[in-house]
Amino acid sequence: MSNAFLEVSGLAKVYPTKEGNDFTVYDNVNFNLNKGEFVCIIGHSGCGKSTILNTLAGLDDPTAGAVVMNGKEVKGPSLERGVVFQNYSLLPWLSSLSNVEFGVKARWPDWSKNKVREHSTRFLSMVGLEHALQRKPSELSGGMRQRVSIARAFATQPELLLLDEPFGALDALTRGVIQEELVKIWSETQQTVFMITHDVDEAILLSDRIFVMSNGPNAAIAESVKVDIPRPRQRNTIFQQPGYYQLRNYLVDFLVNRSAEKPDNSSGKPKEVNPLSAITSSSAPATTIDNDRNAHPYAVNQ
Amino acid sequence: MIQSMPFRAALLSIVIAVLLFGIWEASSDVPEKSTEMTEYEMLMGGADQEARVPPPSDVLVHAWNELSDPFYDKGPNDKGIGIQLAYSLYRVLTGYVLAALIAIPVGFVVGMSPLMYNALNPFIQILRPISPLAWMPLALFIIQDSETSAIFVIFICSIWPMLINTAFGVANVREDWINVARTHELSSLRTAFLVILPAAAPTILTGMRISIGIAWLVIVAAEMLVGGTGIGYYVWNEWNNLDLNSVIFSILMIGCVGMLLDLALSSAQKLVEYNE
Repeated sequence: MSNAFLEVSGLAKVYPTKEGNDFTVYDNVNFNLNKGEFVCIIGHSGCGKSTILNTLAGLDDPTAGAVVMNGKEVKGPSLERGVVFQNYSLLPWLSSLSNVEFGVKARWPDWSKNKVREHSTRFLSMVGLEHALQRKPSELSGGMRQRVSIARAFATQPELLLLDEPFGALDALTRGVIQEELVKIWSETQQTVFMITHDVDEAILLSDRIFVMSNGPNAAIAESVKVDIPRPRQRNTIFQQPGYYQLRNYLVDFLVNRSAEKPDNSSGKPKEVNPLSAITSSSAPATTIDNDRNAHPYAVNQ
Repeated sequence: MIQSMPFRAALLSIVIAVLLFGIWEASSDVPEKSTEMTEYEMLMGGADQEARVPPPSDVLVHAWNELSDPFYDKGPNDKGIGIQLAYSLYRVLTGYVLAALIAIPVGFVVGMSPLMYNALNPFIQILRPISPLAWMPLALFIIQDSETSAIFVIFICSIWPMLINTAFGVANVREDWINVARTHELSSLRTAFLVILPAAAPTILTGMRISIGIAWLVIVAAEMLVGGTGIGYYVWNEWNNLDLNSVIFSILMIGCVGMLLDLALSSAQKLVEYNE
């Protein structure tokens, strides 16, 4: 028994089909999360990322395996695990302040009205929405709605925060701003974050580790890739960091060329990989950067 | 100002009203007698043998008289229009509120539980298309009181739209919102009141609005049957009195009150509406 903050072992999800043969989305998924860690999970559509996240949230029951957080098995949703849904899931009849208060009141039912309001307002100002407290979600842009949703999740101060592709529907500019806000709040609150994304650059910017999943059916977490780039990272300068493109190419190469291979899961844990171990230890970083400049940052997505 | 849509629409409404009343007024003019009155006609005080719908001017004069003293009570056969409407409204609202008290909680249960939905659905489907007046004989026999029977008929006709709309609204609350409640560890009761009720409220109010409309339609017919008091009884009684002025006047009053009831529910609906 390890002493990891969150331990996932032997997780599987099987859907019965009409023909009688079962459809296995993923199988034998094992990983640990450490306290205060920011982990992104990346993989092609249909590999079951969202189902894994919902299982961690306790919204979905696994076919096999277990999720253990702080030594206790996850048996249902809990305030210890906050979720930011892809489509924001704000309650449209409440103002943005009331939406955050909704979470805060559920978390601390005996707090006074003023304390709830003060706490919620503080988290909304953290995401830069102090001017839109009384506006309804329908009067907010997509980016602002997602900020309210993030504020709601952080305001309840869960031990684990689960984000299901939170920036998927946002334009690149808005996405960058909210990514920075997310990192800012995360570094202030020291919560553990588990996030789904499709965006390799986003994953590198935010994560300590990146889980890459092989394709479904029978998907699994193939590798746990360490992001060995020092913090604080800046969106506009991170690509100048030694090894950025090397890491990026490694991830894209996996998604494009290797994700269809069946990973070797015999050890029960995803393979720990650090593509930058050579750079960070001794070898000259300058040459690596020169080599990597040949690769256009966005040329590899095709 | 003159170009604005509401103004032009109001102007057109007035033109149409003047036109309709004009045609009605003109067609009600009693033609001049070309021949001399017969002895019989003279005996009858020169009464016109051909019955005519009274012209709008007569109706308006009558309406003015009635509305200037709506609450007079000169015995069982002669009460003011206000009293009659009040009786009808009392019956409609009593039956309607009772129906809402049952339909909304039951609708909630039916909407939240697929088991209850499938179990109760056959009953709802059979009971719903029954004309509310078909219940009247049975109600009179069992309840043995015409007043309560009328209320029962209102109850039974307004329960279905509210029940079905509540169940539909509750069953179709977005899964995401339920998940928000679940991740916040809300109890079932708190989920029902804090998430499902506000989410389904617009649909529930739609059902309530349909119900009040049906109830107001049905009360006229029910009161024609049970008699005694109420606007439905009044219409039929004035028909028996051959007072067409009163008949037309009360028809218009039924329309006005129905419109006000609908207006009240539609403004309640605006209060609970939300945009996604």
